[in-house]
Amino acid sequence: MDADHRLDPAPRVRRRTFLDYAFTAGLAALAGAVFYPVVYYLIPPKSKEITHESIVAAKTADLAPNSGKIVPFGGKPAIVLRTPDGELRAFTAVCTHLACTVQYRQDFQHIWCACHDGHYDLHGQVLAGPPPRPLAEYKVTVKGDDVIISRG
Amino acid sequence: MDLWGWFEERLRYRAAETFLEKKAVPVHRFSFTYYTGGITLFFFLLQVFTGLLLLMYYRPTSDAAYESVRLIVSKVQFGWLIRSIHAWSANLMVAAVIVHLAVTFFSRSYRRPRELTWVSGALLLALTLAFAFTGYLLPWNTLAYFATQVGTEIAGDVPVIGRALLVLFRGGEDITAATLSRFFGIHVAILPALATLLLGLHLVLVQIHGMSRPISVRADRSEPFYPHFVLRDFIVWVFLLGGVAALSTFAPWPLGEKADPLAPAPAGLRPEWYFLFMFQTLRMLPARILGLEGEQVGVVLFVVLGLILVFVPFLDRWAPRGRSHPLVTVIGVAVVLFVAVMTVLALRGGM
Repeated sequence: MDADHRLDPAPRVRRRTFLDYAFTAGLAALAGAVFYPVVYYLIPPKSKEITHESIVAAKTADLAPNSGKIVPFGGKPAIVLRTPDGELRAFTAVCTHLACTVQYRQDFQHIWCACHDGHYDLHGQVLAGPPPRPLAEYKVTVKGDDVIISRG
Repeated sequence: MDLWGWFEERLRYRAAETFLEKKAVPVHRFSFTYYTGGITLFFFLLQVFTGLLLLMYYRPTSDAAYESVRLIVSKVQFGWLIRSIHAWSANLMVAAVIVHLAVTFFSRSYRRPRELTWVSGALLLALTLAFAFTGYLLPWNTLAYFATQVGTEIAGDVPVIGRALLVLFRGGEDITAATLSRFFGIHVAILPALATLLLGLHLVLVQIHGMSRPISVRADRSEPFYPHFVLRDFIVWVFLLGGVAALSTFAPWPLGEKADPLAPAPAGLRPEWYFLFMFQTLRMLPARILGLEGEQVGVVLFVVLGLILVFVPFLDRWAPRGRSHPLVTVIGVAVVLFVAVMTVLALRGGM
């Protein structure tokens, strides 16, 4: 047994190999110490955006039949419109295709996206063009003169 | 053909490899001076890197500049660190440039064939000061506002073209939002472009001529640039990075108050330390010298001294013949003493 040990010594890590590993590990630690703060720096800080659940989008008098208006709602555009029949409706104004802002076209009498000729009907459903999904609808309530839109 | 062969045929990188293998750095008792250039380069690279990061959030308008820097130091993760490193490293870079200039001067390293290396270096000093001056205004705080007011006013003292220079620097008669836009453009676009060109030339020249051996050094011992010198240079850089990070953590650069153009100037206003000697000299000059305005004489004097500095290699007639003339040393020491004394006087708020 003893003789075997003497003939077969445990493999030793040579000094040079050890230093090479130590140097590489040191470099890696340095790179980590530099890039850790940099990566976190690049992550934008959370801005305190107040997401209202509902806003006063327009005055009833401002919205004639067959017209629409774009209003900001929680940092994104929303479209509130009055149909030719006089009904008030509201949708997100962000096109479901590539996120352009849609508009109300009085000549078409429906919602239209200029970027890639997307057409939506007065319920937000896709009529023609590339949009893959309908526009999400918002709830419209009228309180006195105020047209209020809300998520829901 | 293998991949490396493909690249070698197109990039000819083996020439660079051979060059690197052959490159040697003289070894003697003044060898430590060879690190001053690398130290300056380190601070420059650190400025470029942190400057790019600051650009991610900085907004260069008089309404938003101060608020955006406040956002960086208060809301952005590690923003306080990046901003402080940029400010500290800027000051350390100016210091490194001055030390690099001094050791190059006293060792007469500017002598033939390195005259243009010196000239490009002197111009890089001017660019460094321009970087510092324009960058100082960008946080749009009270100190920066009035320091820029005074600094550009001094440019107005240059004879004949002074008024035009002042309007050119300020983008109008006064320090306004237009000045901020201008300084921002100069700081992040014009100066970096010029610095890249000049620094490129400076570094190429250093490679072409190698390190200068001081006149007094007779021995011709040297060591390989790679890996001996490179690794030691690298260790210096690592320590510098740690030092700047520690400074920025334990002594973060203050942001100050937002500039208010209608507020009176704060008491004890003075420029950054590297401009103090000029500031002090201009203050101590009599109001009138030989029928001329004292300040104007002072400004002309500094412009002339700056030009002399650029042309040092052509004025020292002895160095090219291998002589370290004491007159050159005496003049150098006199300038260093003058700058030091004036700086101390300004710091003590003396007359």
